[in-house]
Amino acid sequence: MYQPFNRFSGTADYVAPGDLQQAVNVALALSRPLLIKGEPGTGKTMLAKSIAEGLGLDILMWNIKSTTKARDGLYVYDTVQRLYDSQFGDRDVSEIKNYIKLGKLGQAFSSKEQVVLLIDEIDKADLEFPNDLLWELDMMSFHVPETGETVTAKKRPIVIITSNAEKELPDAFLRRCIFHYIAFPGPEEMKQIIKVHYPNLMRNLLTEAVQAFYWLRSVPGLQKRPSTSELLDWLQALVLGGVDPAKITEELPFAGSLIKKDKDMAQVKKYINSVGVGHFNRQGGV
Amino acid sequence: MFTGFFYLIRGMGVPVSLTEWITFMSALDKGLGFSSLTQFYRLARAILVKSEAYYDSFDRAFLKFFGGIETSEEMVSEVLKWVEKSIPPLNITSAERACFEDWDFEELRRNLEGRMEQQDSEHHGGSYWIGTGGTSPYGHSGYNPAGVRIGGQSINRSAAQVAAERSFHDFRKDEVLNTRHFQTALRSLRRLSRHEEGPKEVLDLESTIEATGNNAGNLKLVWNRPRKNNVKLMLLMDSGGSMNRYARLCSQLFQAANKAGHFKKFKVYFFHNCIYEHLFHEPFCRVQASQRTLEVLNTYAHDYKVILVGDASMATSELMMKYGALEWNYLNNEPGITWLRHIVNHFRHVVWLNPIPKKIWPATEGAHTIDIISDIVPMFELTLEGLQKAIKRLTVRE
Repeated sequence: MYQPFNRFSGTADYVAPGDLQQAVNVALALSRPLLIKGEPGTGKTMLAKSIAEGLGLDILMWNIKSTTKARDGLYVYDTVQRLYDSQFGDRDVSEIKNYIKLGKLGQAFSSKEQVVLLIDEIDKADLEFPNDLLWELDMMSFHVPETGETVTAKKRPIVIITSNAEKELPDAFLRRCIFHYIAFPGPEEMKQIIKVHYPNLMRNLLTEAVQAFYWLRSVPGLQKRPSTSELLDWLQALVLGGVDPAKITEELPFAGSLIKKDKDMAQVKKYINSVGVGHFNRQGGV
Repeated sequence: MFTGFFYLIRGMGVPVSLTEWITFMSALDKGLGFSSLTQFYRLARAILVKSEAYYDSFDRAFLKFFGGIETSEEMVSEVLKWVEKSIPPLNITSAERACFEDWDFEELRRNLEGRMEQQDSEHHGGSYWIGTGGTSPYGHSGYNPAGVRIGGQSINRSAAQVAAERSFHDFRKDEVLNTRHFQTALRSLRRLSRHEEGPKEVLDLESTIEATGNNAGNLKLVWNRPRKNNVKLMLLMDSGGSMNRYARLCSQLFQAANKAGHFKKFKVYFFHNCIYEHLFHEPFCRVQASQRTLEVLNTYAHDYKVILVGDASMATSELMMKYGALEWNYLNNEPGITWLRHIVNHFRHVVWLNPIPKKIWPATEGAHTIDIISDIVPMFELTLEGLQKAIKRLTVRE
């Protein structure tokens, strides 16, 4: 019993490996939320944008902060505005509906077209946050007691959830999701990703930079290892600065765009001194 | 279909529920996984496994069930996997102990290398191959005084050399598994209060109505500050050698407290076996990264709630004697017990969490010191239930 559905296969500016593509497609076919985990800078947020673009849908982004409540995503009842209006008689205050403002989830439900809803960094919120959304994500509807209305999804949105694993997510929530962990890309895949962003990069610059990048990531004891987005920034700096490719692995120019912490920078210098620059050049990517 | 696979992955420790299994079945029904084994594998993993920490166990289960797929991994990491699973600790009588007394480290290491070349699979129990339990010199959880421990925790405490890394390290970088239960328990450790600085951002409806009435019906809004947790928590953790086997459990507690984020203040110190003149900032307990215990007592007010975590098992001298500290160079002028009393007298709420299960406290090596310490500090076992009891104790008003 095969049911056709819109398949995702990556977009021009986003390289999606096979297993990631399939995880997305499984989530699409089963209409389940897709939970994406991975090191910072592996393109978790980009994925949602790419899915929206690939399927030709609009995207709604709900960025979660530590103070975000599940209710904020459904709707907000603006009591204060209503009180003010009642004072000055500007608007019809008997219509509560005017003071109900839909949150991102509410907007996704009430949209006429199917949308991609990104719930970004869900682990930032309170411990109970995911549990509070279970019913709404399951049933794709919620009730507004103030107006007595029920908002039901017209077209079931595609829900993408990202997490940096700062907090554990509840089991009941996990059971309902399709899960995928984005592993850090290897050098070959990384070159592909770079080519997507900078198609005209000189080959030797690319090779040298990627080599230096993976060497940096291998330095033991770093608090924050450089990630893909930092590598992309660094490449841009190298190109704009007109750096001679041969010097990249020797001098690590503009290392500040890769290493963001003083301590890490000191650690890198210490490591270079202890193993010697010659070692670095010989070993290349280690 | 594949029901055996379901039980196999569960057996490997991957927490798969029936709901997920049924989802998987319906996905297969929709034809999502049958075009290739790779697709089938990806489909199963995406639906059944919810944390990258279980990817490896899942892979192993998959290989076992669907077999015939070759993997080439490094010898050592393979060996580490063999010893991942454990059988219960062995109990050795002193007569048996005598059989193991003759050994030589160099020879032992040579033999280990040789055996690694011969062995090609997991092995648990027995006396020769690398694995867990049994009396082979190689592996963990077994007994052989001249053994090379590979991974695992020292249970019978006699491995000649720990071939695995020290697992305590810096908790922050450790994995975050199952801390949620602890987090939820720690949440009950709170006292909400409005007496805080910060912007007033919550509308107080009752007061607004009253103020508006008093204002002759002209709207007057009254705002309040949101209520916040006022609890300050201090964690004092034992990172001594005998605690290594509880590293994971302690790490979970630490993660939970550290990430709870709802405490007004949160402070952690480490100590080695018992508390003396210094408390340490890192689990490695170096004097360079330490603070005087007296200074700590002077700095932090008595309303800090203090949780001590340790096995409370030490030589009686370490607790009761001047200069009794385990480290040879560390000369403590006051016995550990005096320092513990200082702490209990200074802070209003102090509890001790002990990772050793309560029912074996009287029978364990440290029974004597556990007894003495639990007279001074209320002691609970480090389980979810124990933690809940301890927290109840911490929230008692005086």
